[in-house]
Amino acid sequence: MLPIISVSALNKVYPSGLQALEDVDLDIARGEIFALLGPNGAGKTTLINIICGIAMPSAGTVRVAGHDNRADYRAARGRIGLVPQELFTDAFESVWATVSFSRGLFGKPPDPAHLEKVLRDLSLWDKRNDRIMTLSGGMKRRVMIAKALAHEPEVLFLDEPTAGVDVELRRDMWALVRALRDQGVTIILTTHYIEEAEEMADRIGVIRAGRLILVEEKSVLMRRLGKRQLRLQLSHALPALPAALASHPLDLSADGMELIYTYDAASDQTGIADLLRELGAAGIDFKGLQSRESSLEEIFVNLLRGHP
Amino acid sequence: MNRHAVGAIYRFEMARWLRTLLQSIAAPILSTSLYFVVFGAAIGTRMGEIEGVSYGAFIIPGLVMLSLLSESISNASFGIYMPKWSGTIYEVLSAPVSALEILAGYVGAAATKSVLLGLLILATARVFVPYSIAHPVWMALFLVLTAVTFSLFGFILGVWADSWEKLQIVPLMIVTPLAFLGGSFYSIAMLPPLWQKIALVNPVVYLISGFRWSFYGVADVHIGVSLAMIALFLTLCIGVIAWIFRTGYRLRR
Repeated sequence: MLPIISVSALNKVYPSGLQALEDVDLDIARGEIFALLGPNGAGKTTLINIICGIAMPSAGTVRVAGHDNRADYRAARGRIGLVPQELFTDAFESVWATVSFSRGLFGKPPDPAHLEKVLRDLSLWDKRNDRIMTLSGGMKRRVMIAKALAHEPEVLFLDEPTAGVDVELRRDMWALVRALRDQGVTIILTTHYIEEAEEMADRIGVIRAGRLILVEEKSVLMRRLGKRQLRLQLSHALPALPAALASHPLDLSADGMELIYTYDAASDQTGIADLLRELGAAGIDFKGLQSRESSLEEIFVNLLRGHP
Repeated sequence: MNRHAVGAIYRFEMARWLRTLLQSIAAPILSTSLYFVVFGAAIGTRMGEIEGVSYGAFIIPGLVMLSLLSESISNASFGIYMPKWSGTIYEVLSAPVSALEILAGYVGAAATKSVLLGLLILATARVFVPYSIAHPVWMALFLVLTAVTFSLFGFILGVWADSWEKLQIVPLMIVTPLAFLGGSFYSIAMLPPLWQKIALVNPVVYLISGFRWSFYGVADVHIGVSLAMIALFLTLCIGVIAWIFRTGYRLRR
C-alpha cells in the first residue's frame, strides 16, 4: 500500500552551517501510530516542520499520499494536521472562532456539527465562547489539537503533545489518539515521555544528530534490543561477587543482598540454568527471584549511547 | 483557488479590527478632525485660496491620504507581524494556501479597513469644511489603489520586522515625514524652485497630487504621472513579495 508519508533523502542545512537533518528516509504507513524519539536538538521538529511545509528542505523530497509537498502542496498539506510543541494561540480569539478559522484555512467549508464534535471530544464545548487567553495551559493544549482536527486531516502530527500537561490530561490525550487511529487517522508523535511511545506507538523511529538511526516495530524493537534481568534475593549478604561466578554478567547490589543477572531476551541460550547450578555449587542460597524486561526508555538510552 | 482560506484570513483580520474600533477608527478620525478644525475651520478662514480652492478644502485630500497611508501600512504590517510574533504563523504556513491567497486575505483586509477609514474621514471632513468631488470614479480608484499598494508595502514591512520597534520605525520615521512634506498642507508650486525639484523625489507627492486632482481638478503633477508612480510602486511591492514567498524570507525557516 502507498505510504501516507514518504520522506526521501531529506537534508536540512541551516544558514549557520548546522546540519539539522542528514539523508533521512522514512515511510509512514496509513493508519499507524509512529513515535519519533530523540534528544533535544536531534532534528525531530525540523523533520516535522519540513513535512508540514513550514520549513524548506535543503535537499530531498516529501510525499503525502503520493503528492509532493512542494509541487503539489495543496493536496499534500490539506491532508495534514499539526499540533506544534509550543502553545501558539490567538489569545484574544474565542475557541469557536479559532477552530472555525483553522477549518477555513485548510479549504474546508463551514461544518458546525463537525466542530462541535471535535470540541466535545476534547471537553472544550463549554468553553467555546471563551477567549483563549482565559483558558488554562491544559485547555490551550486541547485547543491546539482541536484546531489541528478542525479540517478532518488524514495525518496528525503531535509534536510533544503532552509536554507540561497533568496526568489526567495526558491519559485523555492518549485515549483521543487511540480513538483517532481507530477512525483511520495516521498519528506521528514526538515525545520525551518514553512511556508514551511504549504505551501507544506501533512503530518507533529514533533520530540522533539529524540521522534516523533506527525505525522498527515497537514489539520487534523491544524483543530485539531489549534485555531481561533476573534478580535473585539472597538468604545471606555477600561481601563481594565470588570469583567462581565472574564469568557471568552479574552485578551485586550495594547491600550485598541481591544478585542481578542481565541477559539477552532474544537469545535461545540465556545461561540461567548454568548460573543456578553454579550458585548451588558455590553454596549461595537465595530466597526469591524476579525477572523483568528492560523498558523502551532503557533501550532508547542505550541506542543514543551507541551501544544497543 | 482556496476561497475558504481567503475568507478565513479576511474575516479573522476584520474581526480583530472590529474588536478595537476605538483605536482603529475613532482615534484616526479624531486626530484628522483636529487638523480640519485647526487648519481648515480656524486658520484656513484667514488664508487665501490655493489654485482656486479654499485652504480648508485644499488640505482634505492630503489629510485623507495621510491617514490612508499610515493605516494601510500599520494594518497590513501588524496583520502579518502578529502571527509571526505569537507563533501562530505556523498554521498559515502549513495550510494549503498560495501566496496570492495569503495576500488576498491579509492585504485585502488591510486595504478594506483603510478605504473604509478614508471614506469615514471624508464624511467627517464634510462636517467642518464644504468640498466637492469633481471625479468620483478617479477618487475611488486612487483611494483603492493607494490602499492596496501601501497595504502590500505594510505586508513587506511586517515580514521584514523582527521587533516591535522595527515595525513602528518605518511608518513613524519615513512615511509620516514624507506624507507631511508631500503636499498635504500646500501645493509644491508654493515652494522655491530648488525645493520643488527635491519634492518630486518624494513619492507621496504623486499620490496626493493625483488624489487632489480627483477632487478639484488641480494637481502639482500630471494625473498620468501620478498613476504611473502608483503603478510603479505597486509593481515594486509585488516583486518584493513574490521574492519573499519564493525564498521564504523571514517566513519559512
